[in-house]
Amino acid sequence: MADAFQFDLVSPERRLATVEATSVQIPGADGDMTAMANHAPTITTLRPGIVTVTHSGGTDEYVVSGGFAQIAPDEISVLAEQALPRGDVTQEVYERMVEEAQKAYDTTKETYKNEPGPVDEAAKLLADMVAVGGHIGLSTKQPSL
Amino acid sequence: MPSLKDLKNRIDTVKSTRKITKAMQMVAAAKLRRAQEAAEMSRPYAERFNAVMAGLASSVGDSEGAPKLLSGTGKDDVHLLVVMTAERGLCGGFNSNIAKLARTHAKDLLSKGKTVKILTVGKKGRDAMRRGYSDHFVGHIDLSDVKRVGYENAREIAQDVLNRFDEGEFDVATIFFSKFENVVTQVPTAQQVIPFETPEGTEAPDALYDYEPSEEAILADLLPRGVATAIFSALLENGASEQGARMSAMDNATRNAGDMIDKLTIEYNRSRQAVITNELIEIISGAEAL
Repeated sequence: MADAFQFDLVSPERRLATVEATSVQIPGADGDMTAMANHAPTITTLRPGIVTVTHSGGTDEYVVSGGFAQIAPDEISVLAEQALPRGDVTQEVYERMVEEAQKAYDTTKETYKNEPGPVDEAAKLLADMVAVGGHIGLSTKQPSL
Repeated sequence: MPSLKDLKNRIDTVKSTRKITKAMQMVAAAKLRRAQEAAEMSRPYAERFNAVMAGLASSVGDSEGAPKLLSGTGKDDVHLLVVMTAERGLCGGFNSNIAKLARTHAKDLLSKGKTVKILTVGKKGRDAMRRGYSDHFVGHIDLSDVKRVGYENAREIAQDVLNRFDEGEFDVATIFFSKFENVVTQVPTAQQVIPFETPEGTEAPDALYDYEPSEEAILADLLPRGVATAIFSALLENGASEQGARMSAMDNATRNAGDMIDKLTIEYNRSRQAVITNELIEIISGAEAL
């Protein structure tokens, strides 16, 4: 049995989870990472994806739309911009999230016409958002890039 | 001397006023509980966020390429005052206290030769700030259609402020709102959001963190969010304060209406008694004359 640590998932509007977890899978900006107890202290930004928490009572999954995670040896906090338990993400909610990402991408494309950097980032966010739908088994709408 | 009918009408008027204020007080009490809960729910996020920011700010803050949102533009000539108030009145001194603080602040800055720009959130603040400072107005954000303030609203306001900052419209941004202490005390507060200032009482994490992707990239990502987070907390504090202020204002109004009804009722009874006495005298003197 792996060591347990304190896991908190908070969004600006509420605290979604606070449990003794054994491992947490985080969609980091540079790739997914699984953190367990005694992980080296790290702060990472998140991309849209699924946070999976494993604790003694099973596993919980949350859909997050971005934010960051603070990992300390005995405590992990995920501060998500927007977070929902996976069960609450219905097709409708999901479509709205994709739409938002699409809108953000469109405005970025307008604002930074000749700079590929920010546009690529927004496109990646949008693609990530769309990929989330595939993960949780919702029908995906293809983004217009 | 008002007639009996006049008095009766007045008593009825005050009675229905009392009913309204009583109802408003109860509605405010129910809303206050919800607003307070919302404010408490947002606290864990804000606290952690500020702790991480404090750590980042102290490690990157002094280096040269620090983002402008953290280090400032190097000047402090143009100040943006974001005045956040309620959409409705009838809440005691709530709106005017915030506006007063903002006005004192503006006057202070103007006397130092700075340029002041004012952005208002909430109709009541706009009306109050327009008096005397209409030349400094740069915008207004309407939240009157919003039933329950969410993070989305805060993000929109923050986006507006950040766009203005990117276009070099101002150097320093300060938000004005009312901090909720308890039902009877709300403290009008000014908080600087750009450049970022660590709120008091925040402890920076002492561990040395690895940053992924890099410190600078994370900081660039977090700073705009910091503005949104600060505005969101302020909006929630404001929401709770507004309901608290309205509750105590309406409580007072209900009590005053009660006092007034008592006074008017006494007056009414006295004049009715006077009328009866008068009639008796007339009858008796009429009988005596026979």
